Amino acid sequence: MSFISYLINGISLGSVYAIIALGYTMVYGIAKMLNFAHGDVIMVGGFTIFFAVSMQGLPPALGILLAVILCTLLGITIEYIAYRPLRQAASSLAVLITAIGVSYLLQNLALLIFGANTKAFTSVVTIPAIKLADEQIIISGETIVTIISCIVIMIGLTLFVNKTKAGQAMLAVSEDKGAAQLMGINVNATISLTFAIGSALAAIAGMLLCSAYPSLTPYTGSMPGIKAFVAAVFGGIGSIPGALIGGIVLGIIEILSKAYISSQMADAIVFMVLIIVLLVKPTGILGKKIQEKV
Amino acid sequence: MKKFKKVMSLTLVAAMTMALLAGCGGSAETAAEGETSESEAVETSVAGEGFKIGAIGPSTGGAAVYGLAVKNGAELAIKEINAAGGINGYQIEYNFQDDECDNEKSVNAYNTLKDWGMQMLVGTTTSGCCIAVAAESANDNMFQITPSGSSVDCIKGNDNVYQVCFTDPNQGIATAQYIGENAVASKVAVIYDSSDVYSSGIYEKFAAEAANQSFEIVSAEAFTADNKTDFSVQLQKAKDAGAELVFLPIYYTEASLILTQANSMGYTPKFFGCDGLDGILNVENFDASLAEGVMLLTPFAADAQDDATKSFVSAYEAAYGETPNQFAADAYDAVYIIKAAVEKSGVTPADSVSDICDKMKAAMAEISVDGLTGEAMSWDEDGAVNKAPKAMQIINGNYSLIQ
Repeated sequence: MSFISYLINGISLGSVYAIIALGYTMVYGIAKMLNFAHGDVIMVGGFTIFFAVSMQGLPPALGILLAVILCTLLGITIEYIAYRPLRQAASSLAVLITAIGVSYLLQNLALLIFGANTKAFTSVVTIPAIKLADEQIIISGETIVTIISCIVIMIGLTLFVNKTKAGQAMLAVSEDKGAAQLMGINVNATISLTFAIGSALAAIAGMLLCSAYPSLTPYTGSMPGIKAFVAAVFGGIGSIPGALIGGIVLGIIEILSKAYISSQMADAIVFMVLIIVLLVKPTGILGKKIQEKV
Repeated sequence: MKKFKKVMSLTLVAAMTMALLAGCGGSAETAAEGETSESEAVETSVAGEGFKIGAIGPSTGGAAVYGLAVKNGAELAIKEINAAGGINGYQIEYNFQDDECDNEKSVNAYNTLKDWGMQMLVGTTTSGCCIAVAAESANDNMFQITPSGSSVDCIKGNDNVYQVCFTDPNQGIATAQYIGENAVASKVAVIYDSSDVYSSGIYEKFAAEAANQSFEIVSAEAFTADNKTDFSVQLQKAKDAGAELVFLPIYYTEASLILTQANSMGYTPKFFGCDGLDGILNVENFDASLAEGVMLLTPFAADAQDDATKSFVSAYEAAYGETPNQFAADAYDAVYIIKAAVEKSGVTPADSVSDICDKMKAAMAEISVDGLTGEAMSWDEDGAVNKAPKAMQIINGNYSLIQ
């Protein structure tokens, strides 16, 4: 019975990782950069919902919409101000360092604006928990919503990328930026769109993360962000189904190793598994091997 | 190009593993740094008409609640003392430095204060930083009193360092005795932070003392600083083991999550905490009904009805717009303890840092101070405080003393 509880918790945690990992993987796939500020966009989304719903008493749906809009604008702005000027001019390392800089900037701005006090997030999920097997297994409403959102987002995103023009443009840019530009695709606009989608997902991830684990600080997004990055690499960075698999596998490994091996070794085990997977399959579980011309 | 990517990815993996490891072992390394500016700073303190008291704590970052409380608590005490004519007629100059709860930055803050001419230190606020700074202040023979650095390592081997708060082991032992003697529960689970000296220190002594008590520890689960959002596993294990009481020797941020998650999984044991739990009711928007009935050993409660506490709380609220927590009270007491020791020893601001410290050390062994956080506080040779612990319970959203 406990095992099933652990498994469900693992899938729930993994689903949050998966949604965050999507943001990393899409941006990497298309812009070929690691957006380390992604985790902090999640935190901004969480704070937006906190102030809209918990403080101002707006309906949760409106709060989520507000967070999605705000995070989307934030993502586009960050890309426009901090990353775009560096993309052509500087090495990929400079963009990486800038991303880390943006991450710290967001954290410290949040600290300045919201203060260091921990805020308890009121869950926006109102679905009651499901009790199974004589109350031995309790699946919380948050878990159900998280898992369903994760599946819906995955399907929606896959359809978007494969069936729409903008999605096809993304694929083209991820294959070859130069050639895509020659074919008349607006590369900069496509990258902006990617950041917009990634950041909108971050807002939703923020909502799910804070509903399941209801404490909000300016650092809320940073560790889940890093774990999700690991999940993205694990599943094969650049691959959308890879992010899903990576996230869920990571969540399950983390919870099960906490449960059956050692609660304090969980992170060490997760990262060890990552290293082993990368040694065996350097591109991750679903990563494509790309031939580079030198 | 391919090779570069491989190298890059390995480097990243290595960097991340390092970051993980660094979380565990960071405390000792920083102690050796910052010895360069030692010699010139001692001279600068000779001139000046007042005592120069420095304080260090995190006023930004994740532990800022504690640092700001210490900053304000000490400031309030110093303003009161200055308004009343100072210590032995000498006014106090006060300087607070932020350390962001980072050991290295804390040592840097200490050096900044020494350059300013500090003669006594109130700090640091958190245990990890305090250990690093105490190594420095012991070298300089600078009088140091930490309001809230509760690890034994803060004072061990450093005869210039004193504590206002209980040491971690004492909290662990006192809790175990309290639970045992009052028969609060017979099956106890513990959830602690193994990456934190405060939490693991209390846990170790609690576990050792539990062997002498009538209750049994049925589950002891840890978490780490990088993995402190999901407590479902730890709670599930406590529940499966049939624990009636969960002991939480941790800080309130994680505790608020644990209470929420226990509630959502339908697990309702008693919860018992230490002074780190103080502040749980100040978590913005926290559903205080979840904390109803939580017991904790803490030396200070803002709603206590004695005159000293009442006037402190109203002065603090007037000055800073919030209710003081235990850390503010500890820092306030620390300043008054310094005052008592200065009066006893008769040191003057013209004495050197080392002379002040030697005389104050002698005085500390003799004085007894009535403060907000304890009556008749006295200090042993190590610098640990003797005072009686108070058990509080959260009833109707307020701390009330268990008689």
